[in-house]
Amino acid sequence: MSIDKPYTDMPGTTVFDTDQMRKGYWLNQFCVSLMKAENRERFKANERAYLDEWQMSEEQKQAVLARDLNRCVELGGNIYFLARIGATDGRSFQYMAASMSGMTQDEYAKMMREGGRSPEGNRSTDEKKPRG
Amino acid sequence: MARITAGVFTSHVPAIGAALDLGKSGEAYWQPVFQGYEPSKAWLREHMPDVIFLVYNDHATAFSLDFVPTFAIGCAEQFKPADEGWGARPVPVVQGHPQLATHIAQSVIQDDFDLTVVNKMDVDHGLTVPMSLMFGQPDAWPCRVIPLAVNVVLYPPPSGRRCYALGKAIRKAVESYDEDLNVHVWGTGGMSHQLHGPRAGLINKEWDTAFLDRIVNDPEGLAQVPHVEYMREAGAEGIELVMWLVARGATSGVPQRVVHRFYHVPASNTAVGHLILENGPGAGAPR
Repeated sequence: MSIDKPYTDMPGTTVFDTDQMRKGYWLNQFCVSLMKAENRERFKANERAYLDEWQMSEEQKQAVLARDLNRCVELGGNIYFLARIGATDGRSFQYMAASMSGMTQDEYAKMMREGGRSPEGNRSTDEKKPRG
Repeated sequence: MARITAGVFTSHVPAIGAALDLGKSGEAYWQPVFQGYEPSKAWLREHMPDVIFLVYNDHATAFSLDFVPTFAIGCAEQFKPADEGWGARPVPVVQGHPQLATHIAQSVIQDDFDLTVVNKMDVDHGLTVPMSLMFGQPDAWPCRVIPLAVNVVLYPPPSGRRCYALGKAIRKAVESYDEDLNVHVWGTGGMSHQLHGPRAGLINKEWDTAFLDRIVNDPEGLAQVPHVEYMREAGAEGIELVMWLVARGATSGVPQRVVHRFYHVPASNTAVGHLILENGPGAGAPR
């Protein structure tokens, strides 16, 4: 019997569960290393060489180099870990969130000032399904 | 005897800390947020606790994926503000209360809540932003703090039911401590927000408003809400709100009066919610 996952039908959302954790262990631990200033400098000096020190998949390394955070999430990254990459680039959480939603930061910030993204139509890939 | 006299509930949005630290709190964007906490700061000056039992979550800061404790109690003398990648926040070192912390650990573990005991831990914005919101920018924090870090990063976090029950056990533990201490319990995180993926930016004011109502008047019912409802309705990262139930459990058993309630959208990606309850007749459903 497999574990029940009642949360896989949320559009544009990847829940960081234990399966994602196993996929993303090294990607996330690489991110943790960026909490040290000297590691941030080493990473910035030669990103590829720094990434090669970690047991990450080539896909994960490419996603980091491209700053494709949605792909990083798909490959097991968790946003709180991935935020260290944005911090290293001097980016805010809002910049990162905007980049993942396919908007410019200005467009995203405007949406937030106007009350944020509505839950209507965003609860489930099929809103006709019973919720929760 | 130590006693719990109040519960403080608040979001802990990192951008709020950054706004304060970078001197932007007077900007038009941030003014409504900080105005919303002015009554709280005034109240707190008049109701200063000896110790705050502060429920928060670590955001992949003290705990990487090497260790993911579900509930971890900080028993150290001090907790340093962490470097989360932008450099450490320029806020005072947090002073712990090892005697009360270890007393609570011993009590609740014997009450079947298997806490992880932590004697060395840096604290991130989850703990320091609520302190800044409530105390402003002092040279030293005016009281001691016992951190309780709850895992809400790796699914599944503890259930709302479990959080609420742990809060009750914490109350019992505090009340069995001999020294006469005034203790607040703070629950932090939320409200609705999603920080990742194409659905980033989700805000659900209606759901948040109902949550603020129920945490006061129907905490037992609210504690039954499953994780998936939080994630679906309040965004995947809105799951942090289960932590408010620890603080509500710790303030259950005696009538609670609503001192202050505040809600504002947005602070960066997030809906800011805030509530203060204190012992006294008024709202609330004592059990």
